[in-house]
Amino acid sequence: MTASTSSVAAVATRPTNRRGWRARLILWRVPLSILALCLLPWVLPSMALATNVLIYGLLAVGYNLLFGYTGLLSFGHAAFFGAGAYVTGIAIAQFGASWYAALALGVVAGGLLAFVIGILSIRTRGIYFSMVTLALSQLVYYTALQAASWTGGENGLRGFTVGQLDLFGWTVDFLDPVTKYYVLMVFAAAALWFVSRILNSPFGAVIEAIRENETRARACGYHVERSKLIAFTLSGLICALAGTLLALHLAIVPLDILHYQTSGMIVMMTLLGGAGSFFGPFVGALAFLLMEDVVSLWTSHWQIVVGTVFILFVLFLPKGIWGTALAWEARR
Amino acid sequence: MSAPLLAVENIGRRFGGFVALESVTTAFEPNKVTAIIGPNGAGKSTFFNLLSGVLAPSTGVIRFKGRDITRMAQHRFAHLGIARSYQITNIFPDLSVHENVRVAAQAFHARYDIWRARAALTELDERADAALAVVGLASRRADTAKFLAHGQQRALEIAIALVAEPELLLLDEPTAGMGPEETKGMVALLEKLARERTILLVEHKMKMILGLSDRILVLHHGRLIADGSPQHIQADPEVRRVYLGQNDGYA
Repeated sequence: MTASTSSVAAVATRPTNRRGWRARLILWRVPLSILALCLLPWVLPSMALATNVLIYGLLAVGYNLLFGYTGLLSFGHAAFFGAGAYVTGIAIAQFGASWYAALALGVVAGGLLAFVIGILSIRTRGIYFSMVTLALSQLVYYTALQAASWTGGENGLRGFTVGQLDLFGWTVDFLDPVTKYYVLMVFAAAALWFVSRILNSPFGAVIEAIRENETRARACGYHVERSKLIAFTLSGLICALAGTLLALHLAIVPLDILHYQTSGMIVMMTLLGGAGSFFGPFVGALAFLLMEDVVSLWTSHWQIVVGTVFILFVLFLPKGIWGTALAWEARR
Repeated sequence: MSAPLLAVENIGRRFGGFVALESVTTAFEPNKVTAIIGPNGAGKSTFFNLLSGVLAPSTGVIRFKGRDITRMAQHRFAHLGIARSYQITNIFPDLSVHENVRVAAQAFHARYDIWRARAALTELDERADAALAVVGLASRRADTAKFLAHGQQRALEIAIALVAEPELLLLDEPTAGMGPEETKGMVALLEKLARERTILLVEHKMKMILGLSDRILVLHHGRLIADGSPQHIQADPEVRRVYLGQNDGYA
């Protein structure tokens, strides 16, 4: 990793200093993200908010891999988030699985679901792709609603509180909010490292090329559909991990998690922060949840305010908070 | 006559009731430049799309180096050694000029690799720079592709095709939309490329084609109406009637 990434910097620092600044930001993006996540609980008003930013930020990062980097607007990512959460919860509640087995099962199940939904949706394009992913995720929602004996139906899934985590003879108190936050953060950090690695890889170049010009990418010799399916599945895996972390955190899985409003919220967070940038989705999740937290103190109609801000962003700052900041920095 | 690089037998393409191309049979030898001309709607672009796998023919067979490639998926054409440019500029607009070409070269090395760093494929960087040098864009390598001038974007598209080291290069109107100066530059580039490659090009600018091509095919209403050397085509009364007559200015 070090040898290859330092050559990224070597290539990119050559032309100007400003590009060098950007290259360093890219080079250090994972350590910087982890540092920011470490500090998050101490700058935000509550531990609960910090934990939500962590989980939803990770969710948006997973979504951004597909939307921001591959250029596919999925409206069904709640399905993978929910699949991760439900499978983790069911594994513990119904089968008494250990927390790490439940976590692994949740991620794998979400990835498999993404693979299947990907196969079915990737043959379509543009608005049709969005609609097919929406329809298929609604199918998952109604399945969870009907299979109440497994999922708890409308009441959500309960009864799988993880009080302590045991691993290799170590025991961690998972009821302490601070400890819990940092345990969850370890998984989020690993996922961020994985995503950064993908973006840096040859495959990362392929999905960007597909986003930029599908026809050209195909003429260059890339199997566009297969590449999209891989990106879709990887994105689903990350979102499923976010779901399993949410299940472990809340110790319940609300049915809402699968609702299309969740899919919409993921899109909003990603756009608000800046699609197609590494830090954007976390910034977007932070902005969204902070607005919700602050405005809901003052009115229960917080969605009106958040919605208005979102519309203003789409109209006037389509690159989002982080994307716009990067663009300003580049122009200065 | 050496063995043909590409041969087509009776290929045709219908769109519903409309016959865009009707039963064309011909072959292309290696290391020759062949131009395809014809009035608008003659079937030139359809012919090109069939040869590059964008469309599958309704009838007929396409053979590349003797191998039947008629129903092959489009993305595999590049791996066979057939690369193309498009009539409307077709680049990766938000990527750097260098990355445009580098990612094209990468298709032959790593398509699904998510573990290595892309910068570790240093050989591709060099090949991309070499291709950019050929088309005269070496100094613009770090710029974002969409900020290039039109003519430079066309040149970039040719670099994207060239970096694949294709045995057959298909160029769809490489000088479309270019002014006289830009056209001159492109013609010089094509002359340079013509020395060592098999090129098929669709063009409208007669003067340029006559100087550049070894052979000219003329399409009209989806049929091949003439095939021969530039001198032969210029003298052909049928061609003069349907095509050249409309372009006295160029001829």
